[in-house]
Formats: sequence, structure tokens, C-alpha cells
Amino acid sequence: MKYYTGIDIGSTASKVVVLDDEKKIVNHFVLPTGWSSKETSAEIARRLEADGMPINEEMKVIATGYGRVAVDYAAKTVTEITCHGKGGYALLGRDCSIVDIGGQDTKVITVENGMPSSFLMNDKCSAGTGKFLEIMANRLGVGLGDLFEMASSGKALAISSMCTVFAESEVISHIGNGEHREDIAAGVVDSVVNKVAGLCSRHSMKGDVLLTGGLCECEYLISCLSRKLGTKVYSDPMGRFAGALGAALIARGKK
Amino acid sequence: MENKLNLPANFEGYPEMRKKGFLNMKAQKDMGKKVVGMFCSFVPVELIHAAGLIPVGLCAFTDEPIPAAEAHLPKNLCPLIKASYGFALTDTCPYFFFSDLVVGETTCDGKKKMFELMNEIKPTYVMQLPHSRDKDALAFWKGQIISFKEKLEEFFGITITEDAIRDAIRRKNRERTVMREFLELGKLDPAPLSGYEMGTRIDAGSFSFDLTERCNVVEARTAEVKAEWEANHGESGTRPRLLVTGCPNTGVRDKVIKAVEEMGADVVAFDTCNGIREKVELVDETNPDVYEALAIKYLNINCSVMSPNQSRLDYIAKMIDEYHIDGVIEIVLQSCHTFDVEAHFVKRMVTQEKGVPYLNIETDYSQSDSGQINTRLAAFLETIEK
Ligand code: SF4
Ligand code: SF4
Repeated sequence: MKYYTGIDIGSTASKVVVLDDEKKIVNHFVLPTGWSSKETSAEIARRLEADGMPINEEMKVIATGYGRVAVDYAAKTVTEITCHGKGGYALLGRDCSIVDIGGQDTKVITVENGMPSSFLMNDKCSAGTGKFLEIMANRLGVGLGDLFEMASSGKALAISSMCTVFAESEVISHIGNGEHREDIAAGVVDSVVNKVAGLCSRHSMKGDVLLTGGLCECEYLISCLSRKLGTKVYSDPMGRFAGALGAALIARGKK
Repeated sequence: MENKLNLPANFEGYPEMRKKGFLNMKAQKDMGKKVVGMFCSFVPVELIHAAGLIPVGLCAFTDEPIPAAEAHLPKNLCPLIKASYGFALTDTCPYFFFSDLVVGETTCDGKKKMFELMNEIKPTYVMQLPHSRDKDALAFWKGQIISFKEKLEEFFGITITEDAIRDAIRRKNRERTVMREFLELGKLDPAPLSGYEMGTRIDAGSFSFDLTERCNVVEARTAEVKAEWEANHGESGTRPRLLVTGCPNTGVRDKVIKAVEEMGADVVAFDTCNGIREKVELVDETNPDVYEALAIKYLNINCSVMSPNQSRLDYIAKMIDEYHIDGVIEIVLQSCHTFDVEAHFVKRMVTQEKGVPYLNIETDYSQSDSGQINTRLAAFLETIEK
């Protein structure tokens, strides 16, 4: 049996998708990316082996994501932009624009004829990324899931700063002023949505929008983003695996 | 794909050439020569040559002096301006040290105001560059060129004759032609040499202070590359052919140009002021009015500080055809507003009119974003791959 495996080593989580010759997903899992991508990639190899899919000639691996170079058993590395583009296209089944809110960066990718044709990434700053949400959730003393839960019943307070460090101090002063945590949470989500929407409009995005990445199952985020963009934002339960799926599809090749 | 840069055996990098130039300049100074430091392509360097003075570029391309500069200048200013000022302030650039007079120009706001501060360190004369190309602007700019000539005469106690200017125009035109022919090697397909080498040679050429010698070195290299290409060039390759446009890229050449070439692309064309931008148009040697001839040439430089600046777009479009370009990378130095805003038109023209992929990279002189840049460059090449 031949296997085609895509490994997406992100800054917080590492995603793995295994396809068979028919491009059917036969295995997928996610592991936290520890402090060492090398260690994580070894862990993935052990896990694959335990699942009866050892790294050998029968298996072709393509690695993507921040830690892609750490996967020393990969045949090739491909950037997360191309992988998310291909994976997102496979999930939605048509040309679209893909918004990926990742741990370290956020990107918008336009897919034309099944191929990523252009993309835009946010700049050096972490505002508008998963990291930003994580830091703010921490400040509010809740987990990421609870942050969205709280936000959905809140009325967004203004968090105007574009910079994570300053935004954090805005959040602290909101807390100090005794504002409701729900309202602060809503403000946090709102600021991320604004930042992401800004990126989308700078990219002059076209077609349907698909949200991929770790936040793709947050209903509340999706509805805020849909409202802001003025168009329906699609998602998929496999959305967080889009990059790994794209990598696996590239490993599988045309044929 | 071949992923190593192909550089000639005796190739010297920009920093080495810059250092060599120090000694060269010191020797000239010891012989009593005077030096004029400058920052920009708009300064009519012919006048400096005609006066028997040595012109030297002072634009700085490393981030070392930036923290010092930030004591006086805002953080969100273009790194080229901050680094250049930082060198002056900390007196760590020998070329600035050797300059008797500095000449600036009112190109972008940041630079123009920085010159006011620089003037407190060393005499800095500022040419007032108009930002359009109509007849009023031309008349005004011609006046500025004459005033600059008078400034040189007064400051150095010399006379600059029209004959000397004419001679300098001829010599400088020859140099432009030589550099242009070298840069146009990029039209050959497959690319005969790396963009990294082309850019480095053009930049480092300014540290050889004898125009004739500068020309001879580059001319020889052009002939050598051509002969080698004629003899053993293969099929037009699979490596994507890229055009680099935007701000001066010397300070980010390793991070962007070298990086993308090592990933398997060829940078074959430069629409930048350390590329072909200033070399396209020569000074009209037949114009009886030398000042007008200079004014026309310099006002036509396609820099984004001009408004409007349609001629830059036209030229990029032409280059895309002539150099068989597969992708355009625009490099914008952080906080360079004129290029950043104009990038909107460049992107639209490149992607919509020409149907060529476009990547915009905003960066500064630090190394902190090189990981991100690598990912963008790699992804960009993945979108181009046929
Ligand atoms: S980019 Fe424009 S302003 Fe800057 S040095 Fe070149 S010509 Fe001068
Ligand atoms: S790169 Fe832009 S901001 Fe910097 S000096 Fe040149 S024109 Fe001015």
C-alpha cells in the first residue's frame, strides 16, 4: 500500500494527513508543536509507525509550515501558502479565496484554476493572528474556546491599537475599569476580525471565502468575519488540516 | 534546479569594494582632491566632475548606525535615511568624513528634513527638486542646476566652464551606456549571470573614482559574460525570470535578491535607482544649452517622488516584455511613502495589464524578518512555477 503524507508543523500545532492512492484520507491527527520541531517531527514518525504507516519507500512525505525544515524524512518542503491553497481548494471543491488565521501570521490566498495565484501575509506584527487571541485570552484568564463563548454574549469595546503590546495594555485598562469580561472579549475578537478584513481588502480578494487554520470551527468568529466582509465565509471541519492536506495532495502528485 | 549562486572566482562583495574605496579616496584626498558627498540620482553629477571634484554616494545600507540616528530621528522613517544620518552623526562613514561638501535634494519628505539636521554636522547644500515634469518645473529645475554650479564655484573657489561641463556630459553618458549594456545582459535567456552580481557591480562601481577605469572594468566583464554565454548557453531554462523594482535595494540585496536566486530564480532586470532607472536616458550632447540639457535628463528620472509618474509604469511594462519577465518583486523600504503608495499602480499594471505575478516586500535593514521573507519568496516562486 502506498501512502502520501502531508505534515504541517505550525507554531502551536502540528497537523498530519495521510492519503492513499485514491486520494482518500486514511489517517489524520494533530499534535502540539513542542519547543522543538525536530522532536515533534520524530514524534509524528513514531505515531505513523504505530498506526501501521511507517516511513519507508512506500510512503512519500511533504512537509510544510514554520517547522518544515525540521522534518528530515520529507522528500520535499513546500510553503504553507501553496499547501493551504491546494488543501483549501480540495475542501471547498472550487476556486476561492482562503483566509488562514495561523498562530504566527495570517494570510489570504487566492486560488485560480485550483492553483494558488497570489497571496498576502500580514506584516511582522502579531495583531490579527492566533497568537494575539491567545495572549488576550490569557489576560482574561480563560482559554481560547471560552474567549469566543464569552465574546458572543458581549458588546464589543473598542480596542484600537494595531500592536499586540499596546492592545494588551488597552485590555488591562478595560479590566481595571471594571468593564464586563464579555465586552472585552468581544472587543478582542472584533479587533482581530478588523485586522483580517483589512488584509482581505488590501488583497482585493475575489470569489467565495474559506476560513482555514486552527480557528476554522469558531462559529462566532466566522459570523463576525462574514458580517465584516459582507460575504458568507465557509468553513470545514477539516479546515485546520488544510495545509497538511495540501501537502499530502502535492505528495500524491497528478497521475 | 541549480540552487547555488554562480559567481566569478575573483568576485568581491559590496562591503569589500566599499572598504577598498576608502583607501582609494584617502589617496585622492592626500593629493589635494576635494570631495562632494551625495545621496541621490537626481543630483547632476556632471557638474561635480566638471569641477574636478570627486563625487561619492553616501546612502547607507546597514542597520548599525540606526539606533544612534533614532536619538534625533523618528523610529518610523525609512532605514536608508536613518542609516545615512546615523553614519554622519557617529562619524563612522569614511566617505562622509572625507566629504568637503554634502549635497542633498528635496526628493522625499524624510530625506529633505533630515538634511536640515545633517547641515549641523557638515555643510549640506540642498537642491530644490520640483516634483512634476511640466515646463514651469523644468525652468525652475534648470535654475536650481545653475545655482548648484555657482555654489560649487563659490564653496571651492573655482570656475566651472561650459566646455568642462560638456566634457563631463560626454564622459558620464559613456558611463551610463556601459552600465546599461552590462545590465541589459539580463535580456539574454537563459540568464548569463546572477542579478546578485549585476547589482553588486553597479553599486560598487561608485567606489572606483575614475570614470574611465570604472567603465573599463564593467565593459570587460560585459564582454566576458557575453562571450561565455555565446559559447555555452543551453536552452532557455526553467528558472523563473524576475524583475526587481522599487526602492534602492543595496541594503537588502542579500535578504531578498540573493535569497530568491538561491531558491532557483534569476533576477534579470532592475527598475531601481541602483539599476537601470537613471541610465535609460542620456543627456542630450547636442543641446547648445548645457543646463537645459541636464535639467531635462534629470527631471525625467522615473523615481516615485515625481507626481504623476506614469513613465515608470510604462518603462516597467516595456521591461517585462524585453526581459521575458515571469514575476515582479517590488521592494519597499519601511516608511517609504512614495514607493509604497505608487506600488498600488505598479501592482495593478503588472497583474492586470501584463498578467504577471507580483510580490510586494516591505522590509528594512534588520535581519529579523528574513524567515518571513524566505517563506514569501518561496511561495511566490511556487505560484510562478510552470
Ligand atoms: S529612489 Fe528616488 S529619491 Fe531615492 S535615491 Fe533613488 S532617485 Fe533618489
Ligand atoms: S527609499 Fe523612499 S523614503 Fe527612503 S530615501 Fe528613498 S524615496 Fe526617501
